[in-house]
Parts: sequence; structure tokens; C-alpha cells
Amino acid sequence: MKFSHLTRTIFTAAAGLALAAAFGGSPADAQKRGGTMTFVVPDEPPSWDGHRETTFALIHPFAPFYSLLIKVNPDNPSSPTDFVCDLCTEFPKPTDGGKNWTFKLRQGVKFHDGTALTAHDVVASYKKIIFPPQGTTSARVAYFTMVESVTAKDNHTVEFKLKYPSGAFIPALATPYNFIYSKAKLDQDIRWYEKNVMGSGPFRFVGREAGAFVKGERNKDFYIKDRPYLDGFEAIFSSKQAVRVQAIRGDRAAIEFRGFPPKSAEDLVKALGKDITVQESPWNCVLLFTPNSKKKPFDDVRVRRALSLAVDRWGGSKSLSQIAIVKPVGGVAYPDHPLAPSKAELEKIAGYWPDINKSRAEARRLLAEAGVPNLKFTLNNRAIDQPYTIVGTWLIDQWRQVGITVEQKMDPTGPFYAKLRGSDFDVSMDFNCQSVINPLLDIGKFLSADKGNESYGGYTDRTLDKMFEDMNRTGDVAEQKKLMLAFEKRVLDEEARSFVTLWWNRIIPHRSYVKGWKVSPSHYLNQDLTHVWLDK
Amino acid sequence: MYQYIVKRLLLMIPTLLGAALLVFVLMRLIPGDVCVLRMVGGAGYVDPKAIEQCRIDLGLNRTYVIQFLDFIWGFIRFDLGNSMWTGRPIVEEISLRFELSLQIALMATLTAILLAIPLGTISAVKQNTWIDYAVRGFSIAGIAMPSFWLGILIILGLLITTKGLFGSPWMPPIKYVPLWVDPLYNLSMTIFPALATGYRYSAVATRMTRSALLEVLREDYVRTARAKGLIQKLIIRRHALKNALLPVVTIIGIEFAFLMGGLVVTEQVFNLNGLGKLFVASVTNHDYAMTQALVMLVVAIFVFTNFVVDIIYAWLDPRIRYR
Repeated sequence: MKFSHLTRTIFTAAAGLALAAAFGGSPADAQKRGGTMTFVVPDEPPSWDGHRETTFALIHPFAPFYSLLIKVNPDNPSSPTDFVCDLCTEFPKPTDGGKNWTFKLRQGVKFHDGTALTAHDVVASYKKIIFPPQGTTSARVAYFTMVESVTAKDNHTVEFKLKYPSGAFIPALATPYNFIYSKAKLDQDIRWYEKNVMGSGPFRFVGREAGAFVKGERNKDFYIKDRPYLDGFEAIFSSKQAVRVQAIRGDRAAIEFRGFPPKSAEDLVKALGKDITVQESPWNCVLLFTPNSKKKPFDDVRVRRALSLAVDRWGGSKSLSQIAIVKPVGGVAYPDHPLAPSKAELEKIAGYWPDINKSRAEARRLLAEAGVPNLKFTLNNRAIDQPYTIVGTWLIDQWRQVGITVEQKMDPTGPFYAKLRGSDFDVSMDFNCQSVINPLLDIGKFLSADKGNESYGGYTDRTLDKMFEDMNRTGDVAEQKKLMLAFEKRVLDEEARSFVTLWWNRIIPHRSYVKGWKVSPSHYLNQDLTHVWLDK
Repeated sequence: MYQYIVKRLLLMIPTLLGAALLVFVLMRLIPGDVCVLRMVGGAGYVDPKAIEQCRIDLGLNRTYVIQFLDFIWGFIRFDLGNSMWTGRPIVEEISLRFELSLQIALMATLTAILLAIPLGTISAVKQNTWIDYAVRGFSIAGIAMPSFWLGILIILGLLITTKGLFGSPWMPPIKYVPLWVDPLYNLSMTIFPALATGYRYSAVATRMTRSALLEVLREDYVRTARAKGLIQKLIIRRHALKNALLPVVTIIGIEFAFLMGGLVVTEQVFNLNGLGKLFVASVTNHDYAMTQALVMLVVAIFVFTNFVVDIIYAWLDPRIRYR
């Protein structure tokens, strides 16, 4: 039986249950209280400070301890534009032409130590994120370049003043790492949260053992009545994928929130049948390949363009999705986002043409014209199977079909990034993986090298930089869409700076007794476990 | 004997210093650093200033000489510092894992001794009989099978068998609980990795016991014992086995030290939070401080185990004491 068929079968069975039992539309008493949910986490975070870290390994075990100001709608996590209040009482309407955002906060919210959560705590947290004091690290300063100030108008009102109206502001605010910390703790030691936990979220921190687990228990004073359903959770760290799969099979864990390759999901379904439910979603992560524009012959746009023209993304999506965690075809913006190009628009961009033979003929012509008909180079890749080496190997075969010979050099993460950052490569794999879908910021990856944001192509393109600035400074969605399309065309086709392979596809097989959790397009989102319950 | 022990102890100092220098240099040769990994690994936007700040915080902006001297000075004072990855005291991180690694190493060693010495002895005594062939086949299989692969087979076997027998699959726990908190739970987690590693370990020791015993059994003093009319059991127990055990003790000592830090893949297969897993994580994360501390710990264990093996040699063979 093919996995796709299995998935469909299980989806059909599970969808009814999920719709009936998960959120809304179901009687409140359908959910069961109690129980401890165990889940596996592939990695352990370096510190416990959400403002500082960038890994999902922090979100999965620690997000349940914290509240956010706003978050993605847990009823509709697939939507890239649906945000709801967490600590705020209602979503504000901006004033001053979109430059002033005032949030009213819930009253009576308490931190786990019993102290009241006020606007001053929210302000202290966002100041730490946006304007980190000397000696501290914030990984998300670049998200908030539009923010001029954040202040507490009173104990329950927070005001953000922007330098200019920006469509990127609200998604940035909803980033799941923006934990609200206690001002008192931050005043005591600005780095207190690197090694301690104390939030106001649905679960209280019970304990942790380095390299082994993190444990939480139900916060009885949580501000959402009757939530959470679970008595507690246990996040067990397990670096080996096979162990995580077997742990679900042997019911040592109920779920792993990052995602498994199709084969693992298929194996679990075969072994456990109706005891496993599979949820699937496009993923806000994408593998790129970037030529080093500083190196010959990749300083020639014809050569770079040929690299993209040789790749059959539409065909690759069908075949690779059977074995790897990739599937959707898209450009630089997340494919399901309103700012992303339609299929028809995409098909006009080099590398996305519907006729691959025509595309490859053009690639050969360009290579010959550039004087490198038998181009040879080394592909710098990360030694991680899913999906790096699989996609890398596929790319090599695609390029072979236009006469390009490629040697793949795979390195562990450290040396891989060292080469990438040091421009010590011909063509390199790279990836872009974000939490809240925010294409206006996510495409910062493609800016000129001197603009930071992890752009590794070694090029300077002020037209691209200006498009990015303009997109982020206009509140007009139609204008944003127009600029985004032009940006895509320039990055992928006209100047052929860096290329998208396939977007990732998130597959979560979990024990069927886990209810109330909906897959989202990011493994960073919808992880506070507020609405999760166990049907045991 | 006293002088011998002191000499052995003093020899440990240059060995440890050499290992310290080697690991310090090797770690710095690997491209990339802990700050880049920590901040870029999630592929979000990272401010280059944040990376620089991280380097300053960890002291990576200092010269290599200062960093090395700092490491040695800390080591001399038994202050291993903090992990560059988690920021927590290295002693705390290691001691958490040490207990589990020690338990697995001891259980695997016990398994190996219980299997190797009787099997090796029987195999030597019954040389070229079907028993000998069976034992040799068993031990060669043990050498040929990597313990992590055997571990995977054990887990899969348990999942399939229990599903068939009881209707739901069972596998060993993936979270460690100390032996004195819940002995049954602890053993249900540790017994399988101990068997997987103990079997491979025993295979080497079985072959060593067999060949050493065969050699001893051909010695003149054994022939003399036989001529005196001593029964086979007594000859083996009193005269042959004790002499044949010298190389076996060496193998057991080396393997034990290896198990303390070298069960990298087996620990991952059984999700054991041991020193091997910490080792891999610290190298992968470029956590220089942790890797250096772990290497020094493993070197110290090796040196100490060798020292103990030498003492056991002296006990087993009185001639060694008088040299």
C-alpha cells in the first residue's frame, strides 16, 4: 500500500474525529481532562531563553510555560495571516496611519510564582527582544527594525510606536519565541531566564535533567478557564530518529512535533493501524542552492540561470515527496501565503517552466554561450539526510542532464556553516526556516551580502534591497504583492542570485489518543499545549 | 610494590598533559565555532553583533595560549568551568551522565565475564569438538555484529514479539530512573544495552581466554600436574586458568574504559543519557570546554584502569611484583 493512499485513508478517518473533538463546534465536555503527555524532542536547546535561541528544541519543551502577547490562531494554525490575542484582550486597530499599536491586556493574569503580570512585564520582555541591553543576546532584533518604542501606558496597556507602518510587524509580534518574562526577574538579572523558567503559561515548570527530559505540570491558575486539559507533560530528548519512531510505536511517547519522513510515517501506520493518526502540512522551511557570485564562472548570470533551468521542480515534487520531507513547489515566499505567486505566475519564472525539455535546452544554450558547456563544480552540502543529502543527490542528477558534472561534499553542521559564511564554496545548499509565516521578512535571506540576514551568495544588488525596503514600508497589500513578484523574478530569474529547490512538507504521525493538536506550517508554532487532551 | 605504584601514578601526569594539548589543538582545527552553531542553526535572522557578543561571553576572543593555560589551570584546580553550549557547570553535566554510563559499563563487563571465562575455558578444554566449534561460532558472531546493530535488532524484536504475544508493542523505557529509585524500571531499561554491548565484549574475551588457556595447557608444569595424577578440574582451576587470565584481564580493562565514554551509538539506539551521547553532542556543538573535559575524563579512566590492571597483574603473577 502506498503511503499517500494510507495517509488519505487515515486522514479521512481522523479528520472527522479531529473536527469533532479538537476545537470549536464540539461540546465542551467532549474533551477529557487529565493525563500526562509524553513527547520526544530531537534536540536540546543551549539555553532556556526564548529571546536568545533560534531552535525548535527550545519551543517544544518550553513554550508551554509561557504566554505571548499575540499568537497564531490555534484553531487555524495553517493560516499564515490568522493571529489571535493571548495576553491581550482584543486585537487592536492601528492608529497614526498604521504606526501606533495599543494592546489592552487581560487582568488577573499571574506568573507561576503568584505575582501579577502587568504591562510593565510585557514592555520589559519586548525591550529585551527589540533593544537588547549590552551583554545580552536577542536573536530577533532584525524582526523589529520598524519599532521606535514600546511603552506601558498603564498597568494593562502596552503601546508600540513604529517608525513606519509595516506589514511585517504583527507576524513578528506573534513569533513564538517572544515569551513574556517577569520584569522583576529581568531587573534582578537580565540573563536569569537562560537557566531558569518562570512564566504565566498553561504549565508550570517541574524539573529538567540535562540531556534527558523537561517536565511540566498543569497551571491551576491559568487565565483561560478550564485549560489546560492535561495534568502535565514530559518532553524526552532523543537525538536518533529511529528511536523517536520506535518510541511512538512502543508507546513510550505519544508524538514528536518536528516531523518524520514519509517512510517512517508509513511504517508506523503499518505497525499500529488505527492507533496512529497522521497530520500533514506544507512547511515554512525551504532548501535553497546558492552559487558563489564571487567565483568564476558563477559571476556570470548565464551560468547561474542555467543551474536553475536544469532543475525539474514539478517532477521532483512528485518523486522526492515519496522519500523525503519536501513537496510544495514555490518561489521565495511561502507557497500558501497571499503574497506568493500563483502557479501561472510561477511558471513564467526560469526554473519553473512547465516544459522541462525546453528549460534544459535553454540551460545548455546558456552554458555554451558562457563558454562552460561541460561545467564542473563542487556542491557544498550539510551531512544531514533529511532532506539535505537527498535533495543534493537529486540536484546532481538534474544538473547531469544538461552536461554539468557535480561532486557533492558533505560536512557536519559546523564546517558546513564555516564554509558558507566564509564564501568557501562553488555552489552551496542552504536553508531558510522560519516560525510565523512572514514573507516580508523571510525574504531577507536574499538581500545583498552586506545587509546581513544570512545571505551567502556574495553579491550586492541594491535593486533587490530597495524592493525589500519598499515592501516593508508599505501597508498596501496589492503593492506588496506586486513588489514581491518583481523580487521573485529578480532573485530567481533575471539576476539568478539564489534558488529555491522544494519547500518542506511536515508529516506528523502520532498516537491517535492525542487530541486537540493541529499541525501548523511550522514546527515552532502552536506548541503551548493549552488545548491538547488525551483520549485514553 | 609501593615504588611500583608511585612510579605508575607519576607517569599519569605527562599522559594527561599530552592528551590535554592534543584535544585542545584538535578541537580548534575543526572549522566553525559554538556561537555560529548556536545562533545560525535555527536558520532565523541573526545579528552578527550577537555572535560577537557570544564569543566575548565565552572567552573565545582570547588568544589560544591564554585559552589553553586557562583550561590547564582549571583542570589542576578541578574546576572544569561551564559548558559553552548550555552555560551550566561541566561537573554537573558530567556527573548526571556518569552514573548511567558506569552502570552500563559494569553490567556489560559482568555479562562479558560471566560469558567469556566459562565459554573460553570449555572451548579450550573441548578443543576441536562440536562444543568448541559452537562456542567459536558464537564468539565470532559477537565480534562481527556491531553492538548498536544488535541493539536495534533487540528493540525491533521486542516490539514485534510483544505485539504478537500481548497485542500491544513494548520497548525498553527511554527515560532513565536510578536503580535505587525503581530497580525494575531501571533494569528494564539498562539490561538490553548491557546485553548488546556485553555480548560483543564477551566475544573478544572468550577468544582470548580460549587461546591463552590452550597455550598454558601445553606448558610443562601442567603436564607435571597431570603426571602427578591431579584431576582435570583441579588442574584448570588451580594451575592453568589463573595464568591464562593475564591477557584476558588486559582486554577486560581496556574494554571497560572504552565503555565509559565510547558507547556513542548504542547510547543513541537505547536513548541512554550517558557520557557517549554527551561526547557526540559536545563535539557536534563545538563545545570546546565540555569536549576537553570529557576527553580528560576518559583519558583519566583509561590511565586509572590500566593502573588497576597492572595491580591485578601483580596479584595474579607474583613474578611481576619483584621486577
